[in-house]
Amino acid sequence: MTISNEDVQKIARLARLEVSEEQATKFSDELEKILHLVEKLKACDTTSVEPMTHPFDAALLLREDAVTEVNQRDKFQAIAPATQDGLYLVPKVLD
Amino acid sequence: MKNLHQKTLTELQSCLSNGDCSSQELAEHFLYRIEANDQLNAFITVDEQRTLEQAKQADVALKDNLGSALTGIPLAHKDIFCTDGLLTTCGSKILNNFISPYDATVVSRLSHAGMVTLGKTNMDEFAMGSSNETSYYGVVSNPWNTNAVPGGSSGGSAAAVSAGLAPAATGTDTGGSIRQPAAFCGITGVKPSYGRVSRYGMIAFASSLDQAGPMARTAEDAALLLDVMCGFDEHDSTSLRQDPVNFSAQLDKSIEGLKIGLPKSFFSQGLDAEVGDVIDTSIKTLEKMGATIVDINLPSSELAVPCYYVLAPAEASSNLSRFDGVRFGHRAKEYDDLGDMYQKSRSEGFGDEVKRRIMIGTYALSSGYYDAYYSKAQKLRRLISNDFDLAFKQCDIILSPTTPSVAFDKNAKTDDPIAMYLNDIYTIPANLAGLPAISLPAGLNPQGMPIGLHLVAPYLEEGRMLNIAHQFQLNTDFHRAFPENYA
Amino acid sequence: MGSVINYPGWEVVIGLEVHTQLKTKSKIFSGASTEFGLEPNTQASSVDLGLPGVLPVANLEAARMAVKFGLAIDAHINRTNVFARKNYFYPDLPKGYQISQMDLPIVGEGKLTISTANGEKVIGITRAHLEEDAGKSLHEDFQGMTGIDLNRAGTPLLEIVSEPDMRSAAEAVAYLRKLHSLVTYLEICDGNMQEGSFRCDANVSVRPVDQKELGTRTESKNINSFRFVERAIDYEIERQIDLIEDGGTVVQETRLYDPDKHETRSMRSKEEAHDYRYFPDPDLPPMILEKSFIDNIRQSLPELPEAKFIRFVEDYKLNEEDATLLTSTRPIADYYEQVVNLSEADAKVTANWITGELFAALNNNDLEIQQSPVSAEQFAALLNRVADNTLSGKMAKQVFTALWKKEGQVDDIIEKQGLKQITDSGTIESIVDEVLTRCTEQVQQHKDGNEKVFGFFVGQVMQASKGKANPGKVNQLLKTKLNQ
Repeated sequence: MTISNEDVQKIARLARLEVSEEQATKFSDELEKILHLVEKLKACDTTSVEPMTHPFDAALLLREDAVTEVNQRDKFQAIAPATQDGLYLVPKVLD
Repeated sequence: MKNLHQKTLTELQSCLSNGDCSSQELAEHFLYRIEANDQLNAFITVDEQRTLEQAKQADVALKDNLGSALTGIPLAHKDIFCTDGLLTTCGSKILNNFISPYDATVVSRLSHAGMVTLGKTNMDEFAMGSSNETSYYGVVSNPWNTNAVPGGSSGGSAAAVSAGLAPAATGTDTGGSIRQPAAFCGITGVKPSYGRVSRYGMIAFASSLDQAGPMARTAEDAALLLDVMCGFDEHDSTSLRQDPVNFSAQLDKSIEGLKIGLPKSFFSQGLDAEVGDVIDTSIKTLEKMGATIVDINLPSSELAVPCYYVLAPAEASSNLSRFDGVRFGHRAKEYDDLGDMYQKSRSEGFGDEVKRRIMIGTYALSSGYYDAYYSKAQKLRRLISNDFDLAFKQCDIILSPTTPSVAFDKNAKTDDPIAMYLNDIYTIPANLAGLPAISLPAGLNPQGMPIGLHLVAPYLEEGRMLNIAHQFQLNTDFHRAFPENYA
Repeated sequence: MGSVINYPGWEVVIGLEVHTQLKTKSKIFSGASTEFGLEPNTQASSVDLGLPGVLPVANLEAARMAVKFGLAIDAHINRTNVFARKNYFYPDLPKGYQISQMDLPIVGEGKLTISTANGEKVIGITRAHLEEDAGKSLHEDFQGMTGIDLNRAGTPLLEIVSEPDMRSAAEAVAYLRKLHSLVTYLEICDGNMQEGSFRCDANVSVRPVDQKELGTRTESKNINSFRFVERAIDYEIERQIDLIEDGGTVVQETRLYDPDKHETRSMRSKEEAHDYRYFPDPDLPPMILEKSFIDNIRQSLPELPEAKFIRFVEDYKLNEEDATLLTSTRPIADYYEQVVNLSEADAKVTANWITGELFAALNNNDLEIQQSPVSAEQFAALLNRVADNTLSGKMAKQVFTALWKKEGQVDDIIEKQGLKQITDSGTIESIVDEVLTRCTEQVQQHKDGNEKVFGFFVGQVMQASKGKANPGKVNQLLKTKLNQ
């Protein structure tokens, strides 16, 4: 399994991380090592094994439909990087 | 009062109820020790006024006999738990300005029990690490040898309890993050069964593996804390619908006839001889106490580490997407546009190990690789879990070392992620299977570094596990050892 | 029904993805209110904001509503269904992923029958799954920034995905109308398209009629009215055909419908990363529905449009056209039945009045029946005054206009406008006598066998009574007198 710098950049873009060329080289090396470790999984026969998503078999708990939350906008926006008129501000979104 | 910081919770309870000391005195004592030993870097945030205010309230409650078993006793919280009105960083720069607007369920349960919060302990960034070296707020020193790491990710909590800066602390464990630092720092740490303790307000690393637990001097203390921490929480869909627990009342059973399973492969390659020796001694002690030893096999657990390094990063890559600089946390100062703002905020905010894991996880989930990695790892997880089911048909509890070695030196493994990951080789299987596990002090190596004994119990059998640990501690005094410079 | 535009030599293939906001009180994963139109971010709870450490807890009512829909389209209900994370970054998506359903949606395959120009057609429904809505980006200028309102974030959505079974924009509209009617009948969605409660994405492709494989499809988003659906699809069909005929190829992409320009345009920003990295949400164990839960919902299903149509034809003796109109939405059907129950008028007459006078007024004013200024009670009172001969048909229309303008109740308007019909035989007889005495010439013509002149007398009598004489009585008296 080889991971090119280009692969690293593609993954980084998906994850919204900025990676310099220098870092990309380092990451590609490390990711290769980790994936090498992970390659061992492939040797194991898992035919007819169900994937295990949750550590115990429980059914989803569903709550009754009721409004239980109150407006906490001021408290929540006190920790926001940029707000105006109750809105969170971000650089212009282009559709 | 002398040596308050060396006392167990049960001892502090009697101090408080006898009137030997007040909650305020306790709080002042530990706050003083935190400040005096700040070179350990065990804490990220301490708010003395807030702590003293809580202690005063506890004293009032104690005076009016309105307290519970833990009222007035201080403890520290790992900085992964949200604390209303208090900085909650998760060890990351990206949350260096995050004053949480709410309390985690673990925090509120312990506060309601009257416990006093000393502060927030240092940790590996987003709990990703086994040495506390990935923290944005600096590495923590191991009180037994300040050149060594305390383990991680709950390294601050472990060091704080070990050095007597807090009588107990909370931690979280995704692949060993409570047990490994507990072993490295010579204290007792419990990872409960998945679902026992609410994850609400605990900043998620890998949701299907994360579990909060207590870190304390003794199994008895851990049981006291667990009694409060466990319970169904309507805010967490993975929280177990369970009756109230009382593990503290289950600690006095003899272990006569107990069948202890030893997974053979855990005692072979990669295990330091000095650790093996100490564990052998512990096994003999348990045998003397009436336990019998059976050999068991956990064949799929050999693949636990690679399995874990697919699943945990995959979940983490998604869990960490919310840190985008829009609603809270770090936002880059300069950027060209929205995409650039995301990338710069996240790249400035996350450290290398976090980025590495986000990248692995993103890769493992991306189209074309899902089946080969994520789905495959989930199947292995099932096989690992099935191995435990089989093993527990032969034995009551599974014993191993907690770690292959004692605490290593700072910087020893920072350039080798794989070597770092292999530290968790004995602890990861319990997370994958969702089982309760404990690390307790088993002795010191010739250089005086602590070694941890690891027990894994069947699902929801914390009572059995804590009883064995407590009985062991009644027959040994390793848990009484205290790092010299902090006595 | 819209006109069917033909594209000779081409076959059009359309599939629709409809997002229906479920009418729950609280959000799908938090206890915040779903109310529309409040101050920005006042209904965005910690869970909706995706604060660190918070966790989703699923809303039972959303599951119930989804099952209700599934049963109504005769679909397979997946008693074990799974929430999954769809990962992508967007400022209106707080967690960086949307909780949705992928491999195991709550509602499996079902179907919906629509009426087309060529008769009935069954449209396959692939699946319907639960998911959370995103927030809104407001593009007004905030010093060159975009404002994000997360009130809508976490509102439950049922995404209903059709098979690519539609062959024209008109069929797509018919399907959409049918679906709209169904979800409002079921009371799982308020159907308000302006507020975005019922939104449609259209997957459109074209292929030469002799080509077997499907053409490349585009997805047009942001279509929020029936009219726009038709326009957006027709625009897209023509664009694709033109493109291919000019030697180009259609690119698989997401396009945004611009209702002002009546065109779709490429959404570049969503192009780049189309790798959603779906995986089961570890925060939410599988939803397991008990059989009894589903059976209870089945038993409480309301009467569905088809059944109501049959009943209207049978019980009220309506023709199919009226029955179709009156069962087209649940509020219309409810209005009609309320008027029928409250008034003495014949059910058929009632139908004529509602599909005629009321619908015309609603159409002219672009209103839904729920917004009608004339309530069902008022309408019933009006028809009662026709039934008891107080009002003639013409007068009733006048009263209706006054009711529409909110000028008062039926009897007050009759009183105020002096519209009471003259039904007293004596009064009418004296008017008739007066006319017959005055118009001797025409009386003679009638005697000579000119039947047409009868209408002249009616006109004269109505004029003399200022339109208030009961036409039936006038006719009857004239006939008697002229044949004496």
